[in-house]
Amino acid sequence: MQKFSAWSLLRQAFGGHRGWQPQWRRAAPQSSYDAIIVGGGGHGLGTAYYLAAEHGLNRVAVLEKGWIGGGNTGRNTTVIRSNYLFDESARLYDHAVRMWRDLSQVLNYNVMYSPRGVLMLAHSVHDVQVSKRHIHANRCNGVDNEWLSPAECKAFCPPLNIGADIRYPVLGGALQRRGGTARHDAIAWGYARAADALGVDIIENCEVTGICRDANGAVEAVETTRGRIGSRRIGVAAAGNSSVVLGLAGIRLPLESFPLQALVSEPIKPVLPCVVMSNAIHAYVSQSDKGELVIGAGTDAYTSYTQRGALHVNMHTLAAICELFPAFRRLRMLRNWGGIVDVSPDRSPIIAKTGVPGLYVNCGWGTGGFKATPGSAHLFAWTMAHDEPHPINAPFTLERFREGLLIDEAAAAAVAH
Amino acid sequence: MLLINCPYCGPRPELEFSYGGEAHIARPTPPESVSAEDWVAFLYLRDNRRGLHAERWRHVRGCARFFNALRDTTTDQFLATYRCGEPRPESTGSAPP
Repeated sequence: MQKFSAWSLLRQAFGGHRGWQPQWRRAAPQSSYDAIIVGGGGHGLGTAYYLAAEHGLNRVAVLEKGWIGGGNTGRNTTVIRSNYLFDESARLYDHAVRMWRDLSQVLNYNVMYSPRGVLMLAHSVHDVQVSKRHIHANRCNGVDNEWLSPAECKAFCPPLNIGADIRYPVLGGALQRRGGTARHDAIAWGYARAADALGVDIIENCEVTGICRDANGAVEAVETTRGRIGSRRIGVAAAGNSSVVLGLAGIRLPLESFPLQALVSEPIKPVLPCVVMSNAIHAYVSQSDKGELVIGAGTDAYTSYTQRGALHVNMHTLAAICELFPAFRRLRMLRNWGGIVDVSPDRSPIIAKTGVPGLYVNCGWGTGGFKATPGSAHLFAWTMAHDEPHPINAPFTLERFREGLLIDEAAAAAVAH
Repeated sequence: MLLINCPYCGPRPELEFSYGGEAHIARPTPPESVSAEDWVAFLYLRDNRRGLHAERWRHVRGCARFFNALRDTTTDQFLATYRCGEPRPESTGSAPP
């Protein structure tokens, strides 16, 4: 692996940048592996990296049916935060936020983590009360979050309209300063590069078509479009297609897959210094380093695998954005797209063993999986290596739906679902 | 935006409808003798099918009635809509792949 440093950049610059090599190998599948990860997004690639880096498994493969980072990793709005209400969620998401902090150094790859602050607006007395409850709960859990008055919101985010004459006036906001954004592609590429350097095979255009089990019911191989690949340890991190992949092993999941859309504006000079979210009027927006405003909202109404949605959902979001930021009204939107998100009944993820020995699942991240990528990958690798959950992800089982131990972030509404 | 054929009112834009999730999920009875597994299946487990999906819709901003539909989740094309209580139609197989 070519190491990135100021010195290597300088040397390549003098060489006309003709000396760079591919960042990872184009691997062909071997007949068997110590562990197989199904799904080459950030969560899957990260899991392979931590299996190799922290658990000493050096024969690991990542199987991706398309190209790596081409699913939700490449389709989200890159918001990072950990201001979730419940203790279990705060521990899980803050584990990830703490890992984001030095991820670029760990991977020797700039993931462009930018803790520019996430400001969640309140528009009604109820919003204010719920926000303050969130802030207190977060601070009890060691997660930074603070209340800003409308004037303080305006000072932190100058383009925001705090006038009283709009339909949903801003009554204040909850600010998590450690929240922010990162570069979506970089997290996939950074993990792929670092995992490849540790010997992980990243196999693209390889769709899993069957999960094979031995006489005792344990997994022993996967059937793929590139042949049968043996492994007694298989982890599925397939996001919106989790139900389809686990269905191959006869497992039904408590998931529904919905399209979630996002869109970007034409690039403009820096105007928006932070991430602004509003659950009440269903909008969130940040500005990428390239200058585009990155905008997202809630899911479409119906389950689908089409990776596209209806325009009226975007119009609803843009109406809210234009009211909160009148200066944005003359911007043109460049692109919109959809990703397929796997939503669980309590809007909390599942990082767990399945009923099938050797088969593990990491799914249910719904509309908010990007922020958790490093933490999710780290804990999933731990779970696969030890055949038991890490204490942080121990509550996020499949059995919680049987036992009634839901982690109901849906009702807690940390975000617009 | 989807164009949805309400069995009572005819084709109307998606905006007039709300989605009601997977269809033909019967509540297990009697409640006192239903196993935990059956409750989990009823409350939480879903087929989440990639392909033909039988689902409930409600024409909430029209006649306000529930009905069922058969839709291909890989294309979002509706193959049929039908009234509650009617059996799921045989799939016509006419949806594009």
